[in-house]
Amino acid sequence: MSDAWMQAFSLVFEPYNMAVMLGASLFGLFVGAVPGLTATMATALLVPVTFFMAPIPAIAAIVTATAMAIFSGDIPGCLLRMPGTPASAAYTDEAYAMTRKGQAELALGAGLVFSAVGGLFGTAVLIVAAPTLAEFALRFSSFEYFWLVLLGLTCAVFMTSDRPVKGFVSLLLGLLIAGVGLGNPAGFPRFTFGSTELLGGIGMIPLMIGMFAISEIFRYAVDTNPPARIADQAIGNVFRGMWHLAVKYPVQILRGSTLGTLVGALPGAGADIAAWMSYAISKKFSKEPEKFGTGHVEGIVESGAANNSALAGAWIPALVFGIPGDSITAIVIGVLYMKNMNPGPSLFTNDPQKIYAVFLLFIIANLIMIPLGFLCIKAAKRILKVPRNVLMPVIMLFCVVGAFAINNTAFDVTVMLVAGVAAFVLERNGFPIAPAILGVVLGGMLEENFVTSMIKADGNWFAFFERPVAATLGALTLAVWFLPILLRRLRQLAPA
Amino acid sequence: MKVNDAIWGALLVALAVALLVHIQSFPTIPGQKYGPALMPGVVAVGLAVCGALLIVKGLAVRRARESLHWVEFDEWISSSRRVVALALTIGVNVFYILVVDWLGFMLAGVIYLSVLFWVFGVRTKWIVPIALLVTLAIHYAFYKLLRVPLPWGILQGVAW
Repeated sequence: MSDAWMQAFSLVFEPYNMAVMLGASLFGLFVGAVPGLTATMATALLVPVTFFMAPIPAIAAIVTATAMAIFSGDIPGCLLRMPGTPASAAYTDEAYAMTRKGQAELALGAGLVFSAVGGLFGTAVLIVAAPTLAEFALRFSSFEYFWLVLLGLTCAVFMTSDRPVKGFVSLLLGLLIAGVGLGNPAGFPRFTFGSTELLGGIGMIPLMIGMFAISEIFRYAVDTNPPARIADQAIGNVFRGMWHLAVKYPVQILRGSTLGTLVGALPGAGADIAAWMSYAISKKFSKEPEKFGTGHVEGIVESGAANNSALAGAWIPALVFGIPGDSITAIVIGVLYMKNMNPGPSLFTNDPQKIYAVFLLFIIANLIMIPLGFLCIKAAKRILKVPRNVLMPVIMLFCVVGAFAINNTAFDVTVMLVAGVAAFVLERNGFPIAPAILGVVLGGMLEENFVTSMIKADGNWFAFFERPVAATLGALTLAVWFLPILLRRLRQLAPA
Repeated sequence: MKVNDAIWGALLVALAVALLVHIQSFPTIPGQKYGPALMPGVVAVGLAVCGALLIVKGLAVRRARESLHWVEFDEWISSSRRVVALALTIGVNVFYILVVDWLGFMLAGVIYLSVLFWVFGVRTKWIVPIALLVTLAIHYAFYKLLRVPLPWGILQGVAW
């Protein structure tokens, strides 16, 4: 036990790893602070680079960059009224209203300090919950895994869209993409149409780069919004008044962090949904809800903590079951497989030092966020002046080379481009992207456990409910599917 | 560009039918009832159901006269500059995929960036210098540091 911790420490506090974390921090802060570049995009852009690193530095790069990006997304929200990442969108108007009242310092400080607090809270839950769940999951058979994956996919559909039908379509298309190639129980080449490149399946990384980075650049190309003006306000000591806020809003901080961790852990929904929900809850339970929207810091404290705690929460199902909690961990799972760190409960028993190292990375990332984030706020005006018309093409060429670098084949660049166009069109038509990503990531696992279970059960559906945990998970899944329909029926029957 | 849900529905039903026909040719695992056709079959049925629901919804929107257009364009469609921008943003990638092996990464990369810089309104005198510099930087990072075999193409003779 302690031996594994010692190994984890030496893995993490190694000069190379520290340098990677510093570099990734600066990268993450920059990507988060530039509107139109998201934390998921930062992850997708990092993959080709991490491909050439050892497992721990590779994970370190992603953990640090995303934590920083989710915080620094608050900066342009505050100064430009444009969220730097979707996770800051929930309280962008609030933050900008504070800036107009001359409180930019307070808004940015609250964003920074409570991001770190939320992130550390999520990390604490990750440290406690993941090993416990893993021990429990060691006894899971294909039936439990089947239901677990199905429950995860179901959550993704219902959490990411108010139109479940479109979420389902997105999910099914993802499952279909996952089915391409030889990777199925019979090893039969499906949907390859004679192409040798498709035999190995469609590469997850080029697909994600396309969906999360290339589609953003298309959106930039047709963006009709006029360039925003930077609010001109001197920003001094952003830490002033933070202790006062922490004493004034302890319940809000705890509630935001808890909700964020939970939403993060639910498959499909990540930091952005956590922030929206948290902001709404903060307003609902506030003693002064009338102040929300006029530049009131309470909602920023709560949802700023929520979006950073969601990041760590998302790693819980990702590490324990290989089920991503958000789109960032969907990419992370791909990286883990490439690094021979296949997620699952056995990772906790076989390589505990690597898991502990991941925990340490999260703690460090959230701690160094405070000084580095402070520097980033100081440099904000210069970062926000970066010419995006130069930046966007450079990012796109980087994506092209990155997609190529994974397998050294131009075919992956085509996959990236098609995925980018598809994501751009689908999203415009109200089809959410997250369920498709989850479908691609989990398709193989769902099929394997489904077919194995069907063979074991010899077609008897009741076998899916014979083991107690499987029965519980199954009942839960069916409840998520049918409860909304049932409730709507009941409401129609009840007199208005 | 927003397409009426009924059209999406029809497309999905068509895809589902095509899938169901196609998976008939999939083999079964000897001695087992469930083989590689099972999952795609379930997906196809799901797509058909969702497609049907979308058709109903799309037609209801038209009946309610909320929108009588089958296809609605966004406001950027009226700005020819943005239409060209999108077309070229997609186009340069197609161009790159087609010619990179022949032209090599250096030339293809410089052209790729120059076109995009021009589309997004970078000052003319800066276009080629920045494109060249960035291409060299990316080449150095990936070719030298990460050892990705980016193609040299017709510049093979001067490869470094």
